Amino acid sequence: MSSIDYTQELPVVEGRPTLKEINELIARPLDQKPDKKFYIALSITVSMLLIGAIALGFTFYYGVGLWGNNNPVGWGFPIVNFVFWVGIGHAGTLISAILFLFRQRWRNGIARFAEGMTIFAVMTAGLFPLIHVGRPWLAGYLIPYPNQHSLWVDFNSPLLWDVFAVSTYFTVSFIFWYVGLIPDFASLRDRATSKVKKIIYSIFSLGWRHSNRHWTHYEMVYLVLAGFATPLVLSVHTIVSFDFAVSILPGWHATIFPPYFVAGAVFSGFAMVQNVLIFIRKIFNYEKIITLDTLERMNKIILLTGSMVGYAYAMEFFTAWYSGVQPEQFTFINRAFGPYAWAYWIMVSCNVLFPQLFWIRKIRRTIPVMFVIAVLVNVGMWFERFVITVTSLHRDFLPSSWAYFKPTIVDLAILLGSFGFFFTWILLFTKTLPVVSIAEIKAVNEGAQPSHGEH
Amino acid sequence: MSDKILYSLTGLFDTPDEIIAAAKKVQAEGYTKYDVNTPYPVHGMDSAMKLPMSRLPYVAMVVGLTGMFLALFFMWWTNSVDYPLVIGGKPYFALPAYVPIMFEVTVLSASIATVVTMIAIVFKFPNNSHPLLDTEYMKHVSVDKYGISISAEDPKFNYESVKSLLESLGAKNISPVYFKDEVINFKPNTFEPKFVLSLIGLFIVVSGLTYVTLNKLMYLPPFDWMMEQSKVIAQERSDVFEDGRGMRTPVEGTVARGFLPYKYKDNPDAAGKFLVNPLPATEENLQVGETKFDIYCSPCHGYLAEGDSRLKGQFPNPPSLHSAKVRNWSDGRIYHVITEGQNAMPSYAYQLSREERWAIILYIRALQRSLNAKESDLQ
Repeated sequence: MSSIDYTQELPVVEGRPTLKEINELIARPLDQKPDKKFYIALSITVSMLLIGAIALGFTFYYGVGLWGNNNPVGWGFPIVNFVFWVGIGHAGTLISAILFLFRQRWRNGIARFAEGMTIFAVMTAGLFPLIHVGRPWLAGYLIPYPNQHSLWVDFNSPLLWDVFAVSTYFTVSFIFWYVGLIPDFASLRDRATSKVKKIIYSIFSLGWRHSNRHWTHYEMVYLVLAGFATPLVLSVHTIVSFDFAVSILPGWHATIFPPYFVAGAVFSGFAMVQNVLIFIRKIFNYEKIITLDTLERMNKIILLTGSMVGYAYAMEFFTAWYSGVQPEQFTFINRAFGPYAWAYWIMVSCNVLFPQLFWIRKIRRTIPVMFVIAVLVNVGMWFERFVITVTSLHRDFLPSSWAYFKPTIVDLAILLGSFGFFFTWILLFTKTLPVVSIAEIKAVNEGAQPSHGEH
Repeated sequence: MSDKILYSLTGLFDTPDEIIAAAKKVQAEGYTKYDVNTPYPVHGMDSAMKLPMSRLPYVAMVVGLTGMFLALFFMWWTNSVDYPLVIGGKPYFALPAYVPIMFEVTVLSASIATVVTMIAIVFKFPNNSHPLLDTEYMKHVSVDKYGISISAEDPKFNYESVKSLLESLGAKNISPVYFKDEVINFKPNTFEPKFVLSLIGLFIVVSGLTYVTLNKLMYLPPFDWMMEQSKVIAQERSDVFEDGRGMRTPVEGTVARGFLPYKYKDNPDAAGKFLVNPLPATEENLQVGETKFDIYCSPCHGYLAEGDSRLKGQFPNPPSLHSAKVRNWSDGRIYHVITEGQNAMPSYAYQLSREERWAIILYIRALQRSLNAKESDLQ
């Protein structure tokens, strides 16, 4: 067990495949016709998506009264789901930008897929603000344009900051993703045998010729984009947390929220990336590219961020006690021992206790166990948003207006639909685009770089 | 082959070390128009080819800062100039609250500008007609080979010497690349029927869809744009009341605010005697009087109250308001005429509020003074 030589960097790509093998391995899923398993998976996700779509249709026709939202709990599932999905999206940019700046070469195998997941997760998240306004066709009013009311949007509101943050995040992630894809489109174009594919790849590759006069600018722009995306990813969940923290409700009004939310977002995002990658590497035989070492490193990050989240939970209680403010103290006692205690303890056990198992090296490297823990992490993170949103609202300052929030079947159907939406995109992605960056993997293959005589 | 135009001579290498050495050699030989094509960025190539540092970060900085200040200016203009609104007790110009959006706009504008500049201006993409595309050479460097391509436009280019140079470097598959025939012979024809027809088709589809979306689709249920609401509007039926009327009459024996009945109905002398103008002759009141006089009185009485109607011939001309009779009338007497009407003049009680009537009287007095000034006015 202790036979690893830590003085030498582990190879990112195992087994030293030739560049041609890498090319073929990554491009193979795009050549093969989708098999039966793919269609089964797709039919499941599309069914989930349709269930959600039907629920949404009812919601738009009859109004948001179909949901469980009641008078003190005005923010129910849509906000919970929005924060959950935006959080899932955070791992992608963290992997592709922050780990890039830290020169973590193992990121190259998983960056493309994680970025794709970011885009789909942000798309899923973006549905919810539109849904929860009840009249999604009026969402245009969120954009500051000169309108017939001669009114402007409120630039002082965290909800408007959200509009800017999430749309910027989506756009920049998409650009980052596409810039990364250009050389791969060129590689696919040059190996395409069918005429239609060749035309499609030619259009998207824009005529890329792997020229080193281009690579030099390309690498610089990639660095600049990573530099921008890093503060951006931190800002997005910070601003999402402002939706809560800027209000004066006990349980929301906390300065710890921005870092706590960002850590939670990275936590849940990594868990989701890890879950899906376990399938990808198995189905597409990417074990040498997405190595067990990579998964272990991801588990370490899950452990780190999980501990940060656990610290934040404890600190919230400390702050409530130390503040001496009665409603604040009541909110937290009510959170842990009130009517929603079940949700609170699901959250604590899934987010704080189970990830601690990753201290054990064997668990970090056993795929079925880490898969289960990561699933639990996402369950816990969904409940974290539920606990924050609902428990703070359901017992407000006036005991006569206290109420218990119960989601309706429509709420649950929309939640199911959001998973269907997300995984449908993921499935289509795996069959249409290279889920691992061809150029980046070639660059970190052993022997791919000159032997540095001059360094 | 004779009519083909040579673009470059290319050679392939197997390892990154070889291509670095080759690039260094070609650079040292003094070639300038050559390119190295590798499936991924090879470390050390920038210095081997003596490529300058990319200046694209400056684009990011300039556009990013511009975006940031534009966002700040826009938020200041909307919140402090165009529609000042106090929100949450914040000042009109609440800089800390603007920081998140300034940051987001900076990142957004800088990222888009940098990438667009790189692709469109630096790379001159999209360009799918480059001679190197679709060649055997490109198919190799796209996968696992490292290629060098020395352009025929290079001033030092000489087919034989370049070929021997590549051979001495150990290049394989040394082959010439020509400009593509279809690119050289391509003559754009804007009025080709196929192109024109597809443009027309596109126009019809786009305009049709736009029309249907904006005029039909957006007004289907449930998109009612809040035009139909469950509230009762004027003249509408309502089942809440027994008589089915949505509009209600006042409770009997009550008087609504501002609707006290006129006391001196058909009694002009009493009105002249007891009614007193409650408004002081301030500039503000005179301004109101002038506006209302110009709207309601001037069509018949004329802007200067001389009876010079703009409606001459359609209505009988009223007498001048500068006559001694009117000048000697008390304010209350004039008020009575406005309220009740006189001869051909109808009542203006519905068009003008009480205060507006008094303000008009102030203005009429001012007009009268202007034609019949007293001695004391000269001082």
